[in-house]
Amino acid sequence: MSIDMAQFHQVFFEESFEGLDIMESGLLNLDMGDVDSETINTIFRAAHSIKGGSGTFGFSSVANFTHVMETLLDEMRDGRRQVTQSAVDVLLGSVDCLREMMTAIQDESEVDEARVAEHKQALETELNGSETPVVKEDSTIAPEPSSSIPSNDEPTISGWKISFCPHTDLLKTGNDPVRMFRELAELGDLEVIVDFQGVPTLFELDPEECHLSWTLILKGDVARESIDDIFDWVEDECDLSVQSLSAAQSGIDEAATATTALETQAPIEAPKNSPSASTTEQSETPAPVKTPSKDKGASKAKPPAAKASGSIRVDTGKIDTLINMVGELVITQSMLSLVGEHFSLDKLDQLKNGLTQLERHTRELQESVMNIRMLPISFVFSRFPRLVHDLSNKLDKKIELKLVGEHTEVDKTVVELISDPLVHLVRNSLDHGIEMPADRLAAGKPETGTVTLEAYHRGGNIVIEVKDDGKGLNKDMLRQKAIEKGLIDEGTVLTDKQCYELIFMAGFSTAEAVTDVSGRGVGMDVVRRNIQSLGGNIEIISELGVGSTMAIHLPLTLAILDGQSIAVGDETYIVPLGSIIESINITDDMVNRVAGKGETFRLRDEYLPIVRMHDIFHVESAKAVNLIEGLIVVVEGQGVRCGLFVDDLLGQQQVVIKSLEANYRCVEGVSSATILGDGSVGLILDIPGLVRLSNQ
Amino acid sequence: MANDAKVNQSNKNAQYLTFDLAGEMYGVEILKVQEIRGWEAVREIPNTPDFIKGALNLRGEIVPIVDLRIRFAMDNIEYTPVTVVIVLCVDTPTGNNVMGIVADAVSDVLDIKVSDIKEKPNLGSKIDTHFMRGMYVSKGHMVMLLDVDKLLNPEEFEGIVGLG
Repeated sequence: MSIDMAQFHQVFFEESFEGLDIMESGLLNLDMGDVDSETINTIFRAAHSIKGGSGTFGFSSVANFTHVMETLLDEMRDGRRQVTQSAVDVLLGSVDCLREMMTAIQDESEVDEARVAEHKQALETELNGSETPVVKEDSTIAPEPSSSIPSNDEPTISGWKISFCPHTDLLKTGNDPVRMFRELAELGDLEVIVDFQGVPTLFELDPEECHLSWTLILKGDVARESIDDIFDWVEDECDLSVQSLSAAQSGIDEAATATTALETQAPIEAPKNSPSASTTEQSETPAPVKTPSKDKGASKAKPPAAKASGSIRVDTGKIDTLINMVGELVITQSMLSLVGEHFSLDKLDQLKNGLTQLERHTRELQESVMNIRMLPISFVFSRFPRLVHDLSNKLDKKIELKLVGEHTEVDKTVVELISDPLVHLVRNSLDHGIEMPADRLAAGKPETGTVTLEAYHRGGNIVIEVKDDGKGLNKDMLRQKAIEKGLIDEGTVLTDKQCYELIFMAGFSTAEAVTDVSGRGVGMDVVRRNIQSLGGNIEIISELGVGSTMAIHLPLTLAILDGQSIAVGDETYIVPLGSIIESINITDDMVNRVAGKGETFRLRDEYLPIVRMHDIFHVESAKAVNLIEGLIVVVEGQGVRCGLFVDDLLGQQQVVIKSLEANYRCVEGVSSATILGDGSVGLILDIPGLVRLSNQ
Repeated sequence: MANDAKVNQSNKNAQYLTFDLAGEMYGVEILKVQEIRGWEAVREIPNTPDFIKGALNLRGEIVPIVDLRIRFAMDNIEYTPVTVVIVLCVDTPTGNNVMGIVADAVSDVLDIKVSDIKEKPNLGSKIDTHFMRGMYVSKGHMVMLLDVDKLLNPEEFEGIVGLG
């Protein structure tokens, strides 16, 4: 019987990526001094599942790689190895590497073998290098001199020293050291030294237990892998260390270690940066970065197309609610058809009741279906502890990340599309916002800066805030920069808000030098565009020396909208309820004309332009032509306010958003379409677009 | 493009749905036709070319409707009970679009040998024929075969000059 394994691949990848996230957050939460065994267990289990899964599906490269990680984790779990910062860093690097491998396999693209080998090497070095748990910090990061060279030409080493110390129940699992030694002997010249010290007295001796340990010296051109292959089966049941002979004999020359440390540190550092650097670069012009990150940027550009039709994991509770709801709907339906079958006027009440019920069920059903698309924002937030951890190390800043309101639920599309802009904002806060520790102390602030990510509901919106207690935005500097770059004129007068908004202009960057982290000036305008494409907007609140807050306002869901129907002649349009401020009747004395054409009206202390709907949409049947005959609906969109002149207000209703572009194309002034209650098409207005139209 | 197709599939048959437009016969590939429905009022889309009559709700999908009479700069007529909307599935550079065209009446389905399709006529610069696929003569009548992918490409709607 053959089963098509490919059908399970998607599930495997999803689970693995989830596992990787678990490992990552686990590793970040590890407290060096006081290690929680449960955390390590969690990490270990995740690694183990990935190893098992990838083995089953035949992704042997992943399985092999995870195996090495697992070995390291296993030793930590058993307390045989101390959890050091360097080990955690190596493991984090490996998690990144593993994620890349998975992505590559998923896209059926090339796995970057060199990187994998590099990380594997780092893991193995960590595994062997610090056999004695208390080792100097730097020697654990830098691979042993001998093992750092072999990453290129391993087989040239003249031999290996293997110390093999099996656990007592090795024999019970059917492994025979003798057979393994025989295999080793086939590889080269083998010298076996046995250590009897662990053997108990004859009375205590259990013949099925193994108390011996061996030191094996293998001379000859033997590849490290072939030794690993032999010990593959017993790796979990013994303490094994493999050292190259040259290292073991010459002893560790301090000077040699120091120089190779410099050389080897670079390749380890580089890949660590690349994932964070490339995440935001997807949509931007790939800047001249180091080749590894550039390659990744290119390979990352492809996946979105494939991922677009992704699946969703839903809480079973939500599905149960849905099934109950459908059940009730079916009951209502059968009740109604019973009423309809032999209808007489005395059953009118029954019919009315039935219809009310039907309406209620439909609404509830709609709500719970929408609910399925809702995911907690923690899906997005969870990647930030890692980002902040890596970046603060790199920038030499002390930063604490606070997450508030992770359980706030948002639409799945929002979750998918908001994370890149958010990454950008957080990176900006870290890089430009938070000052260096010394500067902070000098300014009388705590040494550790705080970045807060907060999500909450307000009205029909979800608000996501990125708040830092850094130096804040300098208005004068922003202005100066904009003038230098020729984005505004010398004489332009700007309000505070407009000053801050300068950072959203394309080609604006305040960073003195372009760093890896930010400063290329391609970011913020993309951030704003992305947010606007989700129907949201971004707002900046900042105080010099105290900190800044970037608040992103997004609609709760992208599929349904609370709308106000308005009438213009025979046409009906929908205005998003959220953008309506108020509706008023105006009198002639409130209206001012500019140059005889542009009409404005005074609303309290503000002068707002009037947008005559029938004019810009060329509706000939409009009833109201004089301003006193109709109504002014004061609306706001993306910071622009204006008064829409319409015939009448019709009613409020929830409308399902339908794309006009799917079959046609974008129409200025119209954001999308919907189906009205009578089955006809209604157009949903786009306020900023209308203002643009009326200015033409 | 039409020439290549002609060489490759000269022996193959193609089915065309023909319809009447101001006494002239036009044909569209039947495989492009999704459905035919009677005319009903549509919602006008503001600031679009005249020949876009508006948008129709087709089982929850918003479908733009093109009036071919206006598109071809013919005389405008009142819609009658036999006025139909032919809903077509159009391949555009951005994907598959569903669009409707208004025709006076649907006539026939023709089985046409690809080799019998004549070159489209060269009518000089006055009349744009680039969205025609060719001509066919059926029972003495001339049928103009339309290339709907070109005719109904939303990107080309701006600044179109009529066919006749």
